[in-house]
Amino acid sequence: MFAAQEDCFEYLQQGQLLLGLFGEAGPLSWAVWSVPTVRSGWIQGLKSLAQHPGGLHFLGDSGAVDALFSLQGDSSLFVASAASQLLVHVLALSMQDKAEGSPSLKGSAWPACAQKIVAHVEASLCSTTALQITQALNVLTTTFGRCHSPWTEVLWGQLSPLVAHLLDSEPVPATHSLVDLLLSVARSPVFASADCTLWETIARMLSCLSPMQTGPLALGTLKLQHCPQALRSQAFGVLLQPLACILRATAQAPGPPGLLDETTQGCSMTVDTLLSSKSACVGLLCQTLAHLEELQPLPQHPLPWPQTLLVEAVVIILRLCDGSAAPSSSEGCRLCGTLAGCIRVQRAALGFLGTLTLGTSSWELVPQVFAILLETLKSPASSPTVLKKAFQAVLHWLLDSPTPPGCSDLGPHTPLFLRELFPVLQKHLCSPCWEVRDSALEFLTHLSMCWGGEANFREVLLASDVPKLAWQLLRDPESYVRASAVTAMGQLSSQGLQAASDSPGHPEVQQGLVGELLHILSVDSEGFPRRAVTRVFTEWLRNSHADVVQDTEWFVATVLQMVSRDLDWEVRAQGLELVQVFLAQTLGQPNPSCPYAVALPKVTPPSPLPEVLRTLCQMQIFDFAFRALFDCDRPVAQKACDLLLFLRNKSAPCSGLQEAGDSSDVASVEATLERWQVGEQGQPLGSLEPEVVLAALRSMDLEGLQSRLAESSDHVEKSPQSLLQDVLATVALLEENVADCY
Amino acid sequence: MKLYCLSGHPTLPCNILKFKSTTIMLDCGLDMTSALNFLPLPLVQSPRLCNLPGWSLKDGNAFLDKELKECSGHVFVDSVPEFCLPETELIDLSTVDVILISNYHCMMALPYITEHTGFTGTVYATEPTVQIGRLLMEELVNFIERVPKAQSASLWKNKDIQRLLPSPLKDAVEVSTWRRCYTMQEVNSALSKIQLVGYSQKIELFGVVQVTPLSSGYALGSSNWIIQSHYEKVSYVSGSSLLTTHPQPMDQASLKNSDVLVLTGLTQIPTANPDGMVGEFCSNLALTIRNGGNVLVPCYPSGVIYDLLECLYQYIDSAGLSSVPFYFISPVANSSLEFSQIFAEWLCHNKQSKVYLPEPPFPHAELIQTNKLKHYPSIHGDFSNDFRQPCVVFTGHPSLRFGDVVHFMELWGKSSLNTVIFTEPDFSYLEALAPYQPLAMKCIYCPIDTRLNFIQVSKLLKEVQPLHVVCPEQYTQPPPAQSHRMDLMIDCQPPPMSYRRAEVLALPFKRRYEKIEIMPELADSLVPMEIKPGISLATVSAVLHTKDNKHVLQPPPRPAQPASGKKRKRMSDDVPDCKVLKPLLSGSIPVEQFVQSLEKHGFSDIKVEDTAKGHIVLLQEAETLIQIEEDSTHIICDNDEMLRVRLRDLVLKFLQKF
Repeated sequence: MFAAQEDCFEYLQQGQLLLGLFGEAGPLSWAVWSVPTVRSGWIQGLKSLAQHPGGLHFLGDSGAVDALFSLQGDSSLFVASAASQLLVHVLALSMQDKAEGSPSLKGSAWPACAQKIVAHVEASLCSTTALQITQALNVLTTTFGRCHSPWTEVLWGQLSPLVAHLLDSEPVPATHSLVDLLLSVARSPVFASADCTLWETIARMLSCLSPMQTGPLALGTLKLQHCPQALRSQAFGVLLQPLACILRATAQAPGPPGLLDETTQGCSMTVDTLLSSKSACVGLLCQTLAHLEELQPLPQHPLPWPQTLLVEAVVIILRLCDGSAAPSSSEGCRLCGTLAGCIRVQRAALGFLGTLTLGTSSWELVPQVFAILLETLKSPASSPTVLKKAFQAVLHWLLDSPTPPGCSDLGPHTPLFLRELFPVLQKHLCSPCWEVRDSALEFLTHLSMCWGGEANFREVLLASDVPKLAWQLLRDPESYVRASAVTAMGQLSSQGLQAASDSPGHPEVQQGLVGELLHILSVDSEGFPRRAVTRVFTEWLRNSHADVVQDTEWFVATVLQMVSRDLDWEVRAQGLELVQVFLAQTLGQPNPSCPYAVALPKVTPPSPLPEVLRTLCQMQIFDFAFRALFDCDRPVAQKACDLLLFLRNKSAPCSGLQEAGDSSDVASVEATLERWQVGEQGQPLGSLEPEVVLAALRSMDLEGLQSRLAESSDHVEKSPQSLLQDVLATVALLEENVADCY
Repeated sequence: MKLYCLSGHPTLPCNILKFKSTTIMLDCGLDMTSALNFLPLPLVQSPRLCNLPGWSLKDGNAFLDKELKECSGHVFVDSVPEFCLPETELIDLSTVDVILISNYHCMMALPYITEHTGFTGTVYATEPTVQIGRLLMEELVNFIERVPKAQSASLWKNKDIQRLLPSPLKDAVEVSTWRRCYTMQEVNSALSKIQLVGYSQKIELFGVVQVTPLSSGYALGSSNWIIQSHYEKVSYVSGSSLLTTHPQPMDQASLKNSDVLVLTGLTQIPTANPDGMVGEFCSNLALTIRNGGNVLVPCYPSGVIYDLLECLYQYIDSAGLSSVPFYFISPVANSSLEFSQIFAEWLCHNKQSKVYLPEPPFPHAELIQTNKLKHYPSIHGDFSNDFRQPCVVFTGHPSLRFGDVVHFMELWGKSSLNTVIFTEPDFSYLEALAPYQPLAMKCIYCPIDTRLNFIQVSKLLKEVQPLHVVCPEQYTQPPPAQSHRMDLMIDCQPPPMSYRRAEVLALPFKRRYEKIEIMPELADSLVPMEIKPGISLATVSAVLHTKDNKHVLQPPPRPAQPASGKKRKRMSDDVPDCKVLKPLLSGSIPVEQFVQSLEKHGFSDIKVEDTAKGHIVLLQEAETLIQIEEDSTHIICDNDEMLRVRLRDLVLKFLQKF
């Protein structure tokens, strides 16, 4: 850390300390060298040292680079990775100085340190051990990923024959790293101009590796911005192969050649490869589906995109998984046996099916998708994670599914589907498995958020028992479910879709949903439901929910009273959010912090400012905000600080209150606040007058506090000062209390 | 070794194994699906059932209308339900030495076998199996005897008439052998022939075979059996489970190294995962109750009900159902609930450890204590006073043909608010419901079968590696309704041998060794000689004494004293002559050296021919042939004994003697 500064470095170098630490005779002989954190720290030290020419020279001369070479194969992955990254760092730094002036500098004229590293990489690439090749490839991948200077082109020119040569081995060594390297080179802007050899190497690799290995390369190639069309077609073909296989194996009769067949024409994969073993089949399908899911939303995804066939392939995969497919071919039967009951593939397929709504233009697909989704949701064999994915896919298809031209809002299939869906949803809300209840509630929340206004949806929802069941889940034994039920009920209530609970016996129930939620906020032992309640209340306030508008001040004051003493910092922070919304409604929006933002017309407060401030005092908002200002959790304090600054700025023009009130009152408030600051929050502020509050606000250095709070704790911990403090504290502690070491 | 297959039902097996002069019956299952062809026996007279129209032939002939009734297009026999017995003609059942019972569901035909076939052997079963088996039989007898039926239909069974009947009556097999339920007296007599055994206990059968029960993990006291002699081992796996439910886990390790593994009693619903089904059960139960409906669960009085009650114990509070009454109605409800709590040693580890706390192993004790679960012997009496709706009723029989369940089906069938949830996999729910149609009540099918599925079987077989697998034919092909599901069948190498009802299988398995003991004093006198490193041989002369299938080598009696009296001499007449022993030879003859040795001894014109088994040395001049093979040497010469002896001695020089 000290050597990072040039003068400190020179000072340290005078005493031979650095040579002892990082020189050839240095670390390897230490007993503590066997501890991975020591080796990791040693690399960190070198990294911070290599920030200026002096340090770099020292590194080149001291023999530390050789130690780094050997650390690349360290038993600790963190150390190995750090060593490899540092090598790249050193290479880049030494080239940065020398090569800036002459971009076409040949490798032989490079600085000695860089030459040494490159020679090591070259030697490793020619090695017969896969581990060494992997290390060299990793160094190169990081280099091309980070450095985009012209010298990298020279480097690639020098090394690409060696890399291409790796493909001649059987089996190809270090395929993962090789894929990463090729993609890293292809992504580098230095190679934006067509580099034929690179594309050739990629094409060769796509054709010679196994389907499982080529998947990531194909995906990476398709994600490239500039890439020859022929290579893109080849890569897409590779990606689609497994699905084409499935379609071929399960086809009832040889249909007309589809796009999938054209794209994958000449593909070498047979069903036998796919079926070689259950784990291979499952792994390949999961990978393919995940890659396609990633590719689908990208703007550069291949065109034409065989949407219909992809949907058909995914549907048949889902049918193979749930055992409802009845293929006639023997390969199909074997696939059925392999995939039946396979949860991993089911999840991956449902994930992809969800994204397939994007860009679906043919609404003819919708019925078969709805049918398989409904079957998955209905099946008792579906595991909780599968159900969650199925709910997400249903949501995608409901909200984004295409409608035929000239059709009303929801499309022809949706109302029918909803009618079948709700009994299933009801069943899942009663599931003994909490994950299922939770997913069902989340689904309900999202659906009603988007469709709360749709007449069809409202009709089906209100005719079902779903709102009643959701209400009952507010008392679920599982806190996550209670939290989701709170969010769902909040959403339903906002849309006027809540059903009155008819379960007698709870006095809170008679007060309606607000009472029930307040009850949760005050007594629930878990944080999640309480957080959910405060979020719902904030949303209700923001959207002027009928129950809130009745008596907003009472509502906000009641909530704050409960929130202020909550042990969960997120609940307290959310309480401040509620106050913010309330203040924005009473005092107007805060001034935009961005100087270019469009200025909104100023909202005139409904009543004169002094009166508003008095109300705020009565609601004990200041009490709450001051307490939060000294909160031990930084986000709460930060939010409180912003809030108080907003209040101070808003009240600035209030001339009637400029003069401070009784100075003794102000002094007592300030004294109390000081005590709060040191953690003694027992004493209340008492009833406050607006004048006193304003005076107290003005006397505080809120801006200073704001900037202090904005600094991360990392900032403090990583300063040299903090390091010294730690060293001293450790030394002092070691003498007194060995057990309590740092 | 032969296997006689007396039952066609894969989960209610009844097989006979003939092994080393013993005849062992493996399980004694009773196929009760035949009862589905009969009209239900209502506990309270049902006008609907009484007024069903009689069935008449197409030509209007109504001579069967007293015996057969029609309900919603199905025809039922109006008589006391009858059951399909195991095959009794295939083998004389009086020759059966022992019957091994694997679990309480597989012993329901026991009274028919032990009381009516001349059986004189012993039945082996664990204590929970016997106790709970008794409860199941008692319930069955009670259900049928408490509603005596005046008429008994038998006309329809006539083969010529049966042919005219509609399906499924037309296709019912072996109707002539269908029998009415046994009596309590027969049950008691049958059960008195049972000898109790514990897991891993070794039981000797006539000194020939040893049988051992092993935990099978399926039900309280359920067992698989090992039947072994010294050199042969047969495993009988019936109704096993690898899931963590209440019983002790399955003992797989002891099944290793079997020559034959007979595999029966796999799950009847291979596509249904029991966890998912329990979830389905709970959700539907809660939905019905919340809508104000009642839930009816037709079930056996023991088994899955314990697990269901435990699930509900955890679920009802969270689902807000704590105020809903749960009723368990069975003549043996009380005994079943109490028995389950006292068989601690037969329970899974988790439940066993509760006993030491001390707490009851099953939480249904707490449900009873808090009045959430109430149990009654029948709907008559206390139950009618306590009955409160909406409620959940667990009651038998799962076939819906007899028992209190018939009453609830009649009572609740008309309202769509109510739900019947089928959890027992033994009966087709659609067939069970047929005589109640039209039915407004909701029906949910959640079969919970914890027995092994095909994935588990394939793992088990990989683990225990039997030489041969024998199983019912149903397990060697995908289920008929899902013919493409190649994963729903047993897949092993070599392929399993399959059996069907009334078939006799010769098991592919040869006995090669028999164990013989040597008396210590005889063993003392042996002088082994090392032939090869690690292999020593000794010759032994002894008397082989065989009694009770045990073989012992005893020292031979001393040679008779020549000078002894007459009396003694007579005694020694019985003793076999002990001739002077010739030495035993070992080793091999190196042909080249042998030829050299022949030449040295004056033989010439020697030719050696290689044969498939060794060599032939030809002495052309002497017209003699020496045939040397791995295990024999022959000298063939024409009546020249002198030459033969010379050659023999030359051969012997190359061999070791002892």
